[in-house]
Amino acid sequence: MSERKLFAHELEVRLDELLLLSLRQRSAAEPAAQLEALPRALQERVLHWAGVAAQTSDDLGWLIASLAAEQAAALGEQLDDWARAGLDAYDCSGLAATRKALNEFTAASRARALRSQDSVSFGAVEGRLSRFLQALDGRPLRLVGGQRAWTDTETLWLPERLDAASDAAGNRRLYKIIATLLWAQTRFGTFTIDPEPELGQWPDRERALAWFALFESMRLEACIAAELPGLAQEIARQRGPWPAALAATAADLARPQATAADSLACMAELRRVGAGDTPNFAHVGALDPLAARRVRAARIARETAVLRRALNVLAAMDGKAGAAKNADYPPLAAEAGMQVPDPYADLLALPPAAQEAAKSLLQDLGAIPPEALHAAGPGAWQPVDGVEQYVAAGVTTQPDAFYDEWDYRRGAWRHHWCHLYEMQAPVGDHEWVAGVRSRHAHLIRSVRRRFEALRGEDKPQKRQFEGEEIDFDAQVEARADRKSGSEPSPRLFVHRRRIERSLAVMFMVDMSGSTKGWVNDAERESLVLLCEAIEALGDSYAIYGFSGWTRTHCDIYPIKRFADRYDAGTRSRIAGIEARDYTRMGVAVRHLSGLLVRQNTRHKLLVTLSDGRPDDYGDEYRGRYGIEDTRRALLEAREKGIRSYCVTIDRHGADYLPQLYGPAHYAVIDDARKLPQKIAEIYRKLTG
Amino acid sequence: MNASQATGRAAPLALATPLVRLDSEPYYHATGDELEVFAAAAKSGLPVMLKGPTGCGKTRFVEHMAWRLQRPLVTVACHDDLTTADLVGRYLIVGDETVWMDGPLTAAVRAGAICYLDEIVEARKDTTVVIHPLTDSRRALPVEKRGEYLEAPPDFMLVISYNPGYQSVLKEMKPSTRQRFVALDFDYPEGDIEARIVGHEGGVDDDTAKKLVKLGGLTRKLKGAGLDEGAGTRLLVHAAQLIASGMAPAVACTAAIARPLADEADTRDALDDLISAVF
Repeated sequence: MSERKLFAHELEVRLDELLLLSLRQRSAAEPAAQLEALPRALQERVLHWAGVAAQTSDDLGWLIASLAAEQAAALGEQLDDWARAGLDAYDCSGLAATRKALNEFTAASRARALRSQDSVSFGAVEGRLSRFLQALDGRPLRLVGGQRAWTDTETLWLPERLDAASDAAGNRRLYKIIATLLWAQTRFGTFTIDPEPELGQWPDRERALAWFALFESMRLEACIAAELPGLAQEIARQRGPWPAALAATAADLARPQATAADSLACMAELRRVGAGDTPNFAHVGALDPLAARRVRAARIARETAVLRRALNVLAAMDGKAGAAKNADYPPLAAEAGMQVPDPYADLLALPPAAQEAAKSLLQDLGAIPPEALHAAGPGAWQPVDGVEQYVAAGVTTQPDAFYDEWDYRRGAWRHHWCHLYEMQAPVGDHEWVAGVRSRHAHLIRSVRRRFEALRGEDKPQKRQFEGEEIDFDAQVEARADRKSGSEPSPRLFVHRRRIERSLAVMFMVDMSGSTKGWVNDAERESLVLLCEAIEALGDSYAIYGFSGWTRTHCDIYPIKRFADRYDAGTRSRIAGIEARDYTRMGVAVRHLSGLLVRQNTRHKLLVTLSDGRPDDYGDEYRGRYGIEDTRRALLEAREKGIRSYCVTIDRHGADYLPQLYGPAHYAVIDDARKLPQKIAEIYRKLTG
Repeated sequence: MNASQATGRAAPLALATPLVRLDSEPYYHATGDELEVFAAAAKSGLPVMLKGPTGCGKTRFVEHMAWRLQRPLVTVACHDDLTTADLVGRYLIVGDETVWMDGPLTAAVRAGAICYLDEIVEARKDTTVVIHPLTDSRRALPVEKRGEYLEAPPDFMLVISYNPGYQSVLKEMKPSTRQRFVALDFDYPEGDIEARIVGHEGGVDDDTAKKLVKLGGLTRKLKGAGLDEGAGTRLLVHAAQLIASGMAPAVACTAAIARPLADEADTRDALDDLISAVF
C-alpha cells in the first residue's frame, strides 16, 4: 500500500464502489472531503469498515462511512473498536441504535475509563447468581440483564452494572441482595393481591410504585430472615438502619403474618398523611404489578390446564383399572371425571411436568384451585387441547440457546447471533431400517466382526509384583536364582490389565436441502451400519441432525442422544432423517461439541457427515464467512479436547476441508453409494 | 509332606480381609420399611440392592443391619480396576510354594457374613458376573483356580449398592444382574429426620442441625445446574462435626460442603453465597 493520502475524488470513487451510492442517489462528496485530511492508514481503515458494514446492509455502510468521516480524526486508534461497537449495536437493535451508539461511543468509553474499577457488571455475576437463585425454593427464574431491577414473576431483570457500593465485593453483594428480594416478591406473594385500587388513588403512579416496592422490601426482608437469616443480616447491613420516620412501619411489616395487603394499607396510611419523596435505597428494585400479574394469570391458566389434563389421564387410568376389576359393572364414564382426587396424594403419581405445575400453582395461589383438581369429564375433554398448542408454540418461540458467531470481516463476534432450537426428530418407518439391515446383512456381519476385534481386551502383563495369576517363567527363574545364590526377582505374577476404550463419538448429520435423494439415503444407511458396528464395540455415541433457515432458525434434531439405546425408537428416527433447509454449520458444531464435552470419556470425537460446504439462506453465510465461522467453531471444539473429522461426498471438498478440519481429518467420498461401505472402515481407522 | 504340600497348595492363608463384627449399635434412623424388608430378605437368603445418591446412608444402613442380625460384615469399595481375583482370591508365593488367599467375597461366603459391594457399577463388567451364582437358587461361589465349589451357608448375604444418579450409559447395570436382587430405594431423609441424624452424628444443637439440613436441601436443587449431585447427609455430618469441634459454622460449611462439591468458580461462589445466606 502506498503511503500517499487519497484525494477526495479518489475516496469518493472508492466509497461509491463500496456502497453503490450512485444507485441510491446519494453522494459521497461530503464524507470524501472530510476523509481527505486523514493519514492514508486511517483512510483505509474507514474504507474497510464501510465495506464490512455494507455487506450487512447498505444503510449501515453509509451510516458508518458518514459518521466515520466526521469522527475518525478524533477516534484515531479507537476507530476499530468504534466500528465494532456500531456493528454490535446494529445486530442487537437496528440502525437508530447504531447511530446512537456510534455518536455516544467516545462519551461512553470515557465513562468506562472513569468508572471505578470497583463496579461490577451483570455478566460477571450472572453465573453465580443464577445458580444461587436456582437453589432457593420456588419456581425457576430466568436472569436477564436490563435497565433496572424488576421481575415479571418468571424473568428477573437486573441492571447491567452496579457501582453503588464502595468496593467490588460490595457491588456483588448488592446484586445478590437485589436478586433475592425480587425472588422473594415471587415467593412470598407480592403479586397475589391486586394493588390497582390503591395505586389508582395516587396522583403519581411512579411514586406510588416506589413506595409499594419499599414497603414490600420491608416485609420480604422479614420473610427472608425466617428462611435465610444470614442473608437477611446482609440486607440489613446493606441498607443501614431505617430512617426514624419509617422504623415503626418496617417493624409492623416484619410481623410474620404480614402480607402484601399490609403494605398496601401502609400506602393508604401514607397517602392520608401526605407522602414525600420515596427514600432511595439501592437494594430495592422496581415493581411493575401490571406486567407481573399478566404473566402470572397466563401461567395460572396454563398450569391449571396442565394439571387438569394430567389428572384426567390418571382418572382415565383409574377408570380402566376399575373396569378390569368389576367387569360386570363398568363405571359410567362420567363418574371417572366426577372423582376429585386427593391433590397431595395424587401429586406424587403425576408426571414431572404436572408436578411442577402443581407446585407452581401452590406458590402462586397458596392452594391448588378446585377447578384444576377437577378432571374434566371424558366427554368434554379432547386429547389435543389448548395446552398442547401452547406447548408447541412455546417450542418455536423460545430458542433453547443462543450462540455467538464469528464474523471474519469484522474480526469480532456477533453476540447471541444464532438462535438454536432443539427440535423433536421426525419419526420415519422403522421397517426401512430392517430393510437396510437385511440388504446389508453380509456387510454388517463382517464389519461387526472386525469391530469386535477392536474391543478393549485383557492384556496380560508379565512379571508384576502382584496379579491374578502366577508367572511361571518368572517363578522358574527366581527358583534357579535362589539355588545359585543370587537374589531372586520378586516380580512373579501376571496381571491382566484391561485396555478400555474410553471414547465418545458425536455424529453430526447434515440435513440440508441439498442432501435430498440418494445422499440422504446414503447418510441414513451409513448411520444404520455405524450403529450396528459401534454397538459391537461398546463406544458411547450420539447422532444429531442439523439444518436451519437463517440465523434465527438453527435447528438440531436429536436422533440418538448419548443416553439413548439403539432401539426401535432410535431406528425409526434414523429412518426419519430427511432433507430440510440449509447448513449453518458453526452453530451446530458449537452446540454439539458442548454436549460432547460433557461426556466423561478420555477421547471425544466429532464426526460430521455432509454433502458440501457450510451454507445458509441469503448470501451472508455462503462462502468464506461460513467457512471462517465453522473453522472457528472447530477450533473452539479442539480447545475443549474434541477431535473432529469430516466425511463428505462433495468432490470440491478438498478445496476447503483442509482449512476447516486440518489436512488428515477429512475424507471425500466420490460416490454417495459407497458411503455406507466406507464409513465403517473410516471409523475403525479413526478409533482403532 | 502332607497332601496340600504335594500339590503345591497350602491351606488358605489367614485372611487379610477384615471381617467386621459390630459390637455396638451403629446409629441409623429408619425412614420407611427398609428394616423389615432387609430382615425378611436376609431370612429368605435373597440378595439386596440399595439404590440411592451418595452419602444418604446406604453404608450405614448395612452396618446397622449387620449389627441387628449379628452377622459379620465384609465391605468392598468397588473401583474400575476391580478384578475377579480381587473378589474371589489368588495364589501367592511363599518360599517355593503357592499359597491360596481368599478374596473378600470368598471369605464372606466361608464365614457366613454379609458381603457388601459398594458402588458395584464402578467395577469392571466381567467382575460383576462372578456374583451371579451367589444370587440365585444355587447360592454358591465357584472358585475356579482351586477347583472348589463353595456353597454359601444360610447366614451369607450379598448386598450391593449403586447410585442411579450417574446418567452415564457405561455406568448402568445390566438387567441380568439387576434382576437378581431385592431392591431398596434410598434418598436423603426428610428434613426433620435428617436434622436429627445430623444433630446426633455431628454432635451439634438442634438449631445448627436444622440450618445444615436447610443448606443441604438448597444445594440439592443445584443438581444438574452446576453440580452432579447435592450435598449428601454425610457431608452435612462432616460439617456438623467441624462445627462441634469449635469451628465457625460458615468456615466449616465451606470446608466440608462447598469445596468438596464444586471446583467451578461460579458454582463455588454460589455455594458460598448459600452458606452465608443460611448462617
